[in-house]
Amino acid sequence: MTQTQSEPAAAGGPPVPRGRRRLWGPAARLTGRRLLAAVPVLAAVTFGVFAVAAASPFDPVQQYAGGGGLTASQDTLDQLRHNLGVDGPFPERWWHWVTGALTGDLGDSTALRQPVAQVIGERLGWSVLLCAVGFAVALVLGTVLGVAAARRRGGMLDRCVTSVSYALEAAPPFWIGLLGIWLFAVRLDVLPAGGLTDTGTDAVTAGGLLSHLALPALVLGVSQVPWFLLYVRQGVADALEEDPVRGARARGLSERTVLFGHALRSGLLPVLTLVGSRVPELITGALLVETVFSWPGIASATVKAATATDFSLLAALTALATVAVLAGNLLADLLYGLADPRVAWEEM
Amino acid sequence: MTARTVRTTTAAAAAVAVLAGAAACSKPSDSGGSGGGTDAVTIGVAQEPETLSPLLGYGREGNSKIFDGLLRHDAQMRLEPALATKLPEVTDGGKTYTYSLRKGVKFSDGKPFTSKDVVFTYRTVLDKKTNNPYKDDLAAIDQVRADGPHKVVFTLKYPYAAFAERTILPIASQADAGSGQDVNNGPYNTRPVGTGPYVLSSWRKGEKLSFKANPHYWGGKPKVKRFTVAVIEDDDVRATRLRSGDLDAAILPPNLAKPYEKDDDKRVFEAKTTDYRAVSLPSGNPVTGDKAVRRALDLAVDRDSMVKSILNGAGKPAYGPVPSDSPWFAKGTERAHDLGEAKKILDAAGWKPGKDGIRVKDGKRAAFKLWYFSGDKLRKDHALAYASDAKKAGIDVKVQAGSREVIRPKLDHDSMLLGNGFPPDPDFDLFPALHSSQIGSGWNNVASYDDEKVDEELDAGRRTSDEKARHKAYDTVQRELRKNPPYTFLTTIDHVYVVDDKWKGLTTQIEPHDHGIGAGPWWNVQDWQPKK
Repeated sequence: MTQTQSEPAAAGGPPVPRGRRRLWGPAARLTGRRLLAAVPVLAAVTFGVFAVAAASPFDPVQQYAGGGGLTASQDTLDQLRHNLGVDGPFPERWWHWVTGALTGDLGDSTALRQPVAQVIGERLGWSVLLCAVGFAVALVLGTVLGVAAARRRGGMLDRCVTSVSYALEAAPPFWIGLLGIWLFAVRLDVLPAGGLTDTGTDAVTAGGLLSHLALPALVLGVSQVPWFLLYVRQGVADALEEDPVRGARARGLSERTVLFGHALRSGLLPVLTLVGSRVPELITGALLVETVFSWPGIASATVKAATATDFSLLAALTALATVAVLAGNLLADLLYGLADPRVAWEEM
Repeated sequence: MTARTVRTTTAAAAAVAVLAGAAACSKPSDSGGSGGGTDAVTIGVAQEPETLSPLLGYGREGNSKIFDGLLRHDAQMRLEPALATKLPEVTDGGKTYTYSLRKGVKFSDGKPFTSKDVVFTYRTVLDKKTNNPYKDDLAAIDQVRADGPHKVVFTLKYPYAAFAERTILPIASQADAGSGQDVNNGPYNTRPVGTGPYVLSSWRKGEKLSFKANPHYWGGKPKVKRFTVAVIEDDDVRATRLRSGDLDAAILPPNLAKPYEKDDDKRVFEAKTTDYRAVSLPSGNPVTGDKAVRRALDLAVDRDSMVKSILNGAGKPAYGPVPSDSPWFAKGTERAHDLGEAKKILDAAGWKPGKDGIRVKDGKRAAFKLWYFSGDKLRKDHALAYASDAKKAGIDVKVQAGSREVIRPKLDHDSMLLGNGFPPDPDFDLFPALHSSQIGSGWNNVASYDDEKVDEELDAGRRTSDEKARHKAYDTVQRELRKNPPYTFLTTIDHVYVVDDKWKGLTTQIEPHDHGIGAGPWWNVQDWQPKK
């Protein structure tokens, strides 16, 4: 990125004076506006969760009781229903939860027999780590391969990479996960098949964590690669056809400069949008990957919360996912504003 | 502030955030080295306990590792004293049970174990505010009180012969669990303190539970010093991790365990159970309530072929909740597969084959719906086999999947594929399934079976402590079941385990339907001895 300051003008980019743009003010205002907008969104989403959970055919009492629910007497089941507080109308329970959440009490998880805050605190870090590494893998792989493919469209590499991408787009992450376990853990025996540490030990060491993180992060990354790859490939290939690139070539700039300085730079713009919109997919993908690899993150809690109609936990996790998505969108918009001077944050 | 500095700052901030996140996640090590030898055992199970608190139902089947009960079962399922010094004294015609407690036992936090802990545990489980779905196990208790620090007296509402079997319930620490924390969601659920052979060292939910030997265990320090329970829901993944050497032992479906039978380094265990599968035949439906239909179905089902094809041979035919190899089984109540006899019974009762081959009586088709829990492949396979056998006798059974919430309201009219079984005493299965007082109570007696004679015998069986009289009562019940079977019992399934052949003297107990980490060859992992 070192040439960026001088390049755009030379490349015939938009004639906006660079370097003196005011950035902090508009960025802060954009963030503030988004924060305000997030409040009604979060309220609506959590309300929706309570409504859907209340409408779902699952009976929280049976889900709570598990195996015991099938042998318990009616008296015990009735008492449980009363104790769990799942009797009242859902708007009332939602209001109770929201007012509690505002004071910092997210309620208790019935499925896990723990306070919700504790459930999330214990697991969030591991999920964030997995998602961050997976996302980075997807971004790097997607960009590198995308550029390589765009350079020689229709070439050997391009055709391979593109068809594999379409295949991967269709493949569910858990299937890729099982394939990864089969290949790396069983056939080659180079990476552990699951967990956070070797099953026989509890100590989380940097080396151990790295080897255990490798496979799930790779699987999560690979399942997201196609979208980035195809976007980058398309963007860069289009940019290569455009006037600025032709101009740059005519001026005798090296192919390297043309590719990275001109084509990639404008070809990456749509990818920034993608960063924001892939966050929900990343979360869903992480759910499946965590389950396959026994990764102690948010995923298994989410699945449990959903099937057990665990209102408090479900609402908290959904709110968390919503925040992640909104933050992803905000980040994409901020980056877009940074990367493309034609875009004004004030107008977002 | 320029665009470039913002970019650089953002990148730096992002990097710092990721690093900080990773650092915050790392945990200090609390045990060294990895598995491999014989002093550490790692097992793979399909399901994780919801809680580790006995107050909410953990360990009610026994072998809880972290806790002890007043009594426990040996390999032959005979009761023996654990935290009690001997089997209870039963007085007042079977209504009073008195336990003398072991002295000098300490919880893993160093606090002494006394009668207060016992009373606390039982009273808390029975408390209305405690969300323990298994509290009906203790329904017979009227009150429990301490008689000095080393004696506990239970007074029952009625004489109950099987009560001692319930006192394998793990005893929680009053000093910890009773210190004012929330029983239902408090820390005791995840950081339990008990008197047992192992202490929980960590529990990463969804991944594994790690236990380490309790060096001060009153029963002697276990040879297996570390015991890890990996939670791996998917059968194939579990099998893969066993093969890769990540696990020392695992529970597996019979077909996945088969390849290990030829493996010299592994042993395959087929644990006997009371885990039955049966079809309820509700009295409220004119078809399934008809004695002739019930008897015909009982004879028309080919139990042997179900064991062979569905269970891969890991199981046996079932004729009632009591498995055919139990000492409580009424000899001679086995029913052979006899399609001819089934047809004869239906013919004689007036069920005549209609145009489509399905029998009809008084304009009513011999057809009913059979539900199973969606996603339960074992029950689905049983249901489909049942339907196909019934068809041969001219009875149309429509198999349908559903959730508990969908199925329960329909059970007065439709039948369902049940699975249950709790081994130590026949009362535990027979009473809830057959006694008329249990009709409409949760999922008990879903067939709405109401037979005065059976009620009487069931009452007699639980009230008298005379072994002979009890045997007679339960024999009669099982013979009545044959005359008018409100359920078609199909199979009793074995639970299959594969274990590295590194320890000697491994056994399995007779296992219940709900088998947590207390079942399997590792039920007594504290007694395992290395082979060398």
